[in-house]
Amino acid sequence: MKQWFKSGDPWIWLIAGAVSISVIMVVGLLLLIAVRGLGHFWQPPIVETTFHDAGQEIAVLGTIRTVETVTAQAVREAGFQVPEDQGLVTRYLFHLGNRDLTGRDFQWFIGDFLEEFAYPADAIMLERREWGNFFGYLLAVKEGDRVVAEGEAAFAELRERMKRSSELVADTVQMERYEIGRINRGIEQERLEQRRIELNDRLTDAERQDQIARSEAEVARLNAVYQEMLSELQALRATARRDSLVARASDGREVTIALADVVRATRANTMTLPQKLQEYGARFWGFLSGYPREANTEGGIFPAIFGTVIMVLIMSIVVTPFGVLAAIYLREYAKQGPVTRIVRISVNNLAGVPSIVFGVFGLGFFVYFLGGNIDQLFFPEALPAPTFGSPGLIWASLTLALLTLPVVIVSTEEGLTRIPKAMREGSLALGATKAETLWKVIVPVSTPAMMTGLILAVARAAGEVAPLMLVGVVKLAPNLPLDGQFPYLHLERRIMHLGFHIYDVGFQSPNAEAARPVVYATALVLVGLILILNLTAIAIRNRLREKYKSESD
Amino acid sequence: MIETSQRELPKAASGLSNASTRKRLSLRNEQISMEVRDLNLFYGQTQALKNISMDIASKRVTAFIGPSGCGKSTLLRCFNRMTALVDICSIKGEIKIDGEDIYHPSIDVPELRRKVGMVFQKPNPFPKSIYENIAYGLRLQGVRNRRKLDEVVENSLRRAALWDEVKDRLDDNAFGLSGGQQQRLVIARAIAIEPEVILLDEPCSALDPISTAKVEELIIDLKETYTIVIVTHNMQQAARVSDFTAYMYLGELIEYEDTAKLFTNPSRKATEDYITGRYG
Repeated sequence: MKQWFKSGDPWIWLIAGAVSISVIMVVGLLLLIAVRGLGHFWQPPIVETTFHDAGQEIAVLGTIRTVETVTAQAVREAGFQVPEDQGLVTRYLFHLGNRDLTGRDFQWFIGDFLEEFAYPADAIMLERREWGNFFGYLLAVKEGDRVVAEGEAAFAELRERMKRSSELVADTVQMERYEIGRINRGIEQERLEQRRIELNDRLTDAERQDQIARSEAEVARLNAVYQEMLSELQALRATARRDSLVARASDGREVTIALADVVRATRANTMTLPQKLQEYGARFWGFLSGYPREANTEGGIFPAIFGTVIMVLIMSIVVTPFGVLAAIYLREYAKQGPVTRIVRISVNNLAGVPSIVFGVFGLGFFVYFLGGNIDQLFFPEALPAPTFGSPGLIWASLTLALLTLPVVIVSTEEGLTRIPKAMREGSLALGATKAETLWKVIVPVSTPAMMTGLILAVARAAGEVAPLMLVGVVKLAPNLPLDGQFPYLHLERRIMHLGFHIYDVGFQSPNAEAARPVVYATALVLVGLILILNLTAIAIRNRLREKYKSESD
Repeated sequence: MIETSQRELPKAASGLSNASTRKRLSLRNEQISMEVRDLNLFYGQTQALKNISMDIASKRVTAFIGPSGCGKSTLLRCFNRMTALVDICSIKGEIKIDGEDIYHPSIDVPELRRKVGMVFQKPNPFPKSIYENIAYGLRLQGVRNRRKLDEVVENSLRRAALWDEVKDRLDDNAFGLSGGQQQRLVIARAIAIEPEVILLDEPCSALDPISTAKVEELIIDLKETYTIVIVTHNMQQAARVSDFTAYMYLGELIEYEDTAKLFTNPSRKATEDYITGRYG
C-alpha cells in the first residue's frame, strides 16, 4: 500500500478523476441544453383522445409535452378515483393550445382515465401570431365570405393561400415598423426643432414665430402623409385578412381564423420525415431570424441576438485600446514602485468585484451623470425626456468594458513581460528610441496576448446579465439599435440581450410551460454565439501567433 | 546580458593590480577609434568596473577575455550606452568615440547606437520577415525608398555571407532560420545601418562549431570596414580573430596587449594562469 502511494498512482487517479468529472459536467450541461433546446423545434404527433372522470368527458386534442410517473397516493389525494391496489400512475402534460377558447394552453391528464390514443390524419396545428397554437380540424377555406375549398382539398388550398397572406403581413409589418416609423420620427424631430427655437434666446420674437410657423407647416405636411399612410396601411391589413379558415376545435366549437393570423399550419400526423425535417429547419430559422411575440414566449429572438452581438462588439472596441494602453503604461513607462504596485493590485481586484456593482456604478455614473450632462449640453430641447440620460446600448457597452478592463490589462501586461529582453535590446541597439521599439516590435509581438485578453473579455461580457438590467437591456425593445435612419447606429437605444431574454422568458413569463423550451433554445443560441465569437477571436489570435512566431511562444 | 554575479564581487579582490603599475599597450601605429579614460561603473553599491583606461584601434578586432563576471560584457555595453537600461547603474569617467565624449548630456543616444552597432550573445532577430529584419534600422531612419532598401538588404546579407542561403525566402519569418543563420542575420542587421563600430557580445556562444567558423570568418572580413570589439569566453577564438586582446579580472583591466604577444608571452602572472587554464 505504501509502495502504491509512493509510486504516484493515487495522484494520477485523483487528477484523472477530477478531469473526468469536469468534462462530464460540461458535456452534460451542453447536452441537456442542446437536447431540450433543439427538441423545441421538432413537430410531435397530434394525439386525439377522451378523458373520462366522474361522468365527465373531455375531448383532448394536442401534442404531448411531458410524460411523468407519479405515486397513486398523490393522485388520490387530488380527488381522482384511482384503484386502491395501484401504486403508480402515469400522467401526461398535453399542449392543447386554443387559449382563446379554453383559457389554458397546457393541461395534465391522468393516463388511467384516457382512452386509447388516436392520431387523426386530418388534425391540424396552427401556429398563430396571437393566442398561441390552435389544434383542431380544418373544415373550409374562405375568401371573404365565399368558401373556396372544403374537406380534403382545404389543406392544400390553405398552404397555397398562406403564402399570399404571409407576404402581405410582412408588407404590413415593414410599413408599420419603418415607413410609419420614419414619419413619426420626422414629427418628433419637428417638435424638438420647435422646442429648440423656443429655447434659442438669440432670436427675436418675430423670427421665432416665423420659424415656428415654418416648422408647424412641416408638421402639418407630415401629418397629412401619416394619415395617408395610415389609410394605406388599413387597406393593406384588410387585403391581408381577406382569406380565412374555418376549423373545428376538439370541443366541437367552430372558429374562423384569418390566414393573416397564422404563421405556420401543419398536419403533423401525415408528415413524412423529410417534411418534418424541412419544417424543423423552417422553425429553427424562424426562431433565429424572427421577432418575439406573445410576451417573448413565441416567435424569434433575433433582436436579442443582434443586441448581444452589437453590445459585445462596441465593448470590444472600447475596452481593447484602453486596456492595452493602460497595460503598456504600467509595464513600460510607469516607475515600478509602491504606487504602480497599488494600481496593479487594484486592477486585479477590480476583476473580482461582483458585476451588479458595476451595474450600479454604470447607472449612477454613465447613465445619470454622463448621460444626464450630455442631455443638458446637446439635447436640451428634448428635456425632460432623456436621450442619453436613460439606460441604453452605449452605457451597457461601457459598463461591460469597465467590467472586462482588468482582464485585458492583465493579459496584455503578461504578454509584455514575456517578451525577451534581448528583443528590446536588439531594437535599441539599432538606434531605435523606446517608443519606436515599443510600437514596432513590442506591441506587434504581444498582440496574441492582447487577443487572449479580448477573448476572455468577450466570453465574460456576452454572458453577463445582472449589470445590464440596470444600464440598457430591456425585455422588449421596439427598434434595433442599427437601422437605415441617420445616424444609423443608435447608441442611446435600449437593446434586447440573450442572457436577459432567458431570465425574462423563464421567470417573468405568464405561460411557464410554453416558455420552458424557449429558455433552453435561447440558452443554446447564447452558448453557440459565445462559441462563435470566441472561435473567431481564437482564429485571429492563431494567425497573429503564426505571424509573430518567436521562441518565446 | 548583465551577469548577476557581478553584484557579488568581493571588494578585497582589487589588490591584484592597480592602474599605475599597468603596462600600457602602445598603439602608436594605429588610428584610435575609441578612448576609455578612468572608467568606473557601479551597480548600486557594487563596483563592476574599476579605473579602466584603454584605447581601441580603428578597423581592428579587439577581444575582451576573462572569467565570467569580470566585467567584460559590462565594459562592452558602455560603448553604446546599453548599460543605461539598468536603472541602478552609474558611471564615472569618460569614453570618447572619435574624440567625442559619449556620456556627455548632449549626446543623442539613438544616434550613438546607430554609430556603434551591437550583436548579442543569443541571436535576437525580430519576429518579422528576414527582409524586414534587415530593413528595420533603415526604416527607423526614415528610408522609404524600396529600391534603396532592396539594395541595402542584399548588400548586408552578402557581407554577412547569408545571401545565398536566404535569397529565395526573404519574406519568411526570421525565426525559421537556424541559430547560426540567425546570428549572421543579426550581424547583417547591424551592418545594414553602416555603423563605425560593431560590438560583439559572445556572438558564438550559442552556435555550433561550423556556424562559429562562419561567424569568425565574417568577423575577420568585416574588420576591413569596421572597428570590432568582441567579448569571448573562447580563448582560441580570441587568438584566431583578434588583433589586440584585453584580459580582465574582477572589473579590472589586467593586461591589454597585442594578441600574439598576450597568448605567447603574457607579461603578467594572472594572465598566464588564465590562458593556460590554471585559473579557477
